[in-house]
Amino acid sequence: MLAFLIKRIGNAVLVMLTVAFFAFLIFRFLGDPVEMMVNESATQSDRDELRSRLGLNDGFLVQYVRFVTNAAQGEFGLSWRNQQSVLGLIAERFPATFELVIIATLLSLAIGIPLGVFTAIGRGRWWAESLQFGSIIGVSLPSFLVGILLILTFSVTLGWLPGYGRGEVVNLGWWSTGLLTQSGQAAVVLPSLSLSLFQITLVMRLVRAEMLETLRADFIKFARARGVRRRALWFRHALKNCLMPVVTLTAMQVGNLIAFALVTETVFQWPGMGMLFMQAVTFVDIPVMAAYLCIVSFIFVTLNTFVDIAYAVIDPRLRAA
Amino acid sequence: MTAIEPTPATVRKTPSKWTRLRQSDLGWSFAHHPSAIIAAILLVALILSAFLAPWFTVQNPYDLASLDLLNAEIPPIWMADGQWPFILGTDVQGRDLLSAILYGSRASIIIGAASVAVSLVIGSTLGLIAGYHGKWADSLLMRAGDVLLSMPTMLIAILVSALARQMLPPYLREAGASGVIVFAISLSAWVQYARTVRAQTMVERNKEYVQAARLIRVPTWRIMLKHILPNTTTPLLVTATLNFGLGILIEATLSFLGVGMPPEQPSLGTLIRIGNQYLFSGLWWIVLFPGLQLCLLVVSINVLGDWLRDALNPKLR
Repeated sequence: MLAFLIKRIGNAVLVMLTVAFFAFLIFRFLGDPVEMMVNESATQSDRDELRSRLGLNDGFLVQYVRFVTNAAQGEFGLSWRNQQSVLGLIAERFPATFELVIIATLLSLAIGIPLGVFTAIGRGRWWAESLQFGSIIGVSLPSFLVGILLILTFSVTLGWLPGYGRGEVVNLGWWSTGLLTQSGQAAVVLPSLSLSLFQITLVMRLVRAEMLETLRADFIKFARARGVRRRALWFRHALKNCLMPVVTLTAMQVGNLIAFALVTETVFQWPGMGMLFMQAVTFVDIPVMAAYLCIVSFIFVTLNTFVDIAYAVIDPRLRAA
Repeated sequence: MTAIEPTPATVRKTPSKWTRLRQSDLGWSFAHHPSAIIAAILLVALILSAFLAPWFTVQNPYDLASLDLLNAEIPPIWMADGQWPFILGTDVQGRDLLSAILYGSRASIIIGAASVAVSLVIGSTLGLIAGYHGKWADSLLMRAGDVLLSMPTMLIAILVSALARQMLPPYLREAGASGVIVFAISLSAWVQYARTVRAQTMVERNKEYVQAARLIRVPTWRIMLKHILPNTTTPLLVTATLNFGLGILIEATLSFLGVGMPPEQPSLGTLIRIGNQYLFSGLWWIVLFPGLQLCLLVVSINVLGDWLRDALNPKLR
């Protein structure tokens, strides 16, 4: 078990170091930091002084190590665009993205699991098969298009829900939440629905496949022979045995959702990290881009590693791998 | 005991390729899946209409001289203000939407196909080498793949595409846009092919026919290409089909975010990006029709890919 832990964590560290390496390459070699930070009238000696103060004359490896140490402490320098601390900018935007992702995850479970069960127990009937076919469409729709269609329907045509922004927010310490105000709650519906549609289909297909397999198991036949009601059989006996992979999928997908929130946030003008990143791309604000890359991949890698380790704790057969 | 002589009646002609395809398991499965047939017909129609567009569309949407601002913002033909020949209406620059969509599909299809081709060739080459050679080549490639797969594909593509544009000199930015996108997609897409080919190669490498080929000193590259590679194609086919759809989706997303195809040579994603700016001003057709076309294209590819995966998977029979 210890060997497995070391190997898995080592792998995660390796991935993070590689990501940090690319972030560093971008940071260091794409555009000159000195040119970005001095003003027009700076003399050559000013520039040279700043260059050595920033440590840009040191060896490549020294600079990389310094970049990693700083990044590990959350120090990503100043944004080139507005001279604010990059970490501060991201921390300010993080709650918006986090709330969006959490609600999308909850939606995907609340809608995906029942749909999966229904398509499994109704296999062969027209409504289950058309749902299953519909899930292909769900996978094929790009998330920005889903967002646009939702806005077009519910916001432009019907006027029921707001199509952009986050509504009013309430500050709880440094965390700003939109979930406590009515306009905030209304604003989160469409973005989270559009973000979760892909995952709803994913959960649904997974639950369906697992249910079909479980329903063939002997203990289900035995339970039926004992006279257990069909509904109890489906939801209490069979479904419970299908939930483990769903939990794994959900945990693994949180990182993906954060990455995909980039697109949703752009469509809905949602003031989260993804929109910050897209603005940074437009203005070539390299420190923000580098920091976003590091933070998102950190979340992603941590979650994956955690899921792997949790799996190995539960199932000893996986420890050998 | 009489030996059965082959009489002319029992010797059958070798059936033509078409007949063989029709009578194969795959052909049988295809004929019995109406959704696969519909998807295939739809896909062929979409591809043909995209590539034959220059011969029947009313204007060349890339040619700014053929646009007329007087024709701007015309709704689709079935609406009250609709005008012939703008069947699906026009955008704010007076561009015929149907022409723009067909030309845009062409860009999307080409980029999707190119990204599949590039990642297929690179992935299977690396997979063959890793699986056949083993040792350090194997661990190096698989580590690299692990790192790439530990990041969401979409994120890598957005980042690479955004950065590559900054690095390209300005005069290359437009011309190089499609190349940059293909690179951005292939960068993480090759891993899937490499893993598939590697796993299959490691199985095949120890089989007798490979040992026999080695014994008579067939060159290593020939063993890899002519003996092992053909045995790995079935799973590759499914991956390639599904990745074709995925490639089109990623391209559309990049273009939508503004780091893909430029407005001068719009793909479907670029058209949706342009249309999205007029979402709240009532010009719904500018965004809806490119979106529907994108959806049709990807759905038909995915339905085919889904059918292919089930048809080629013996466990599901």
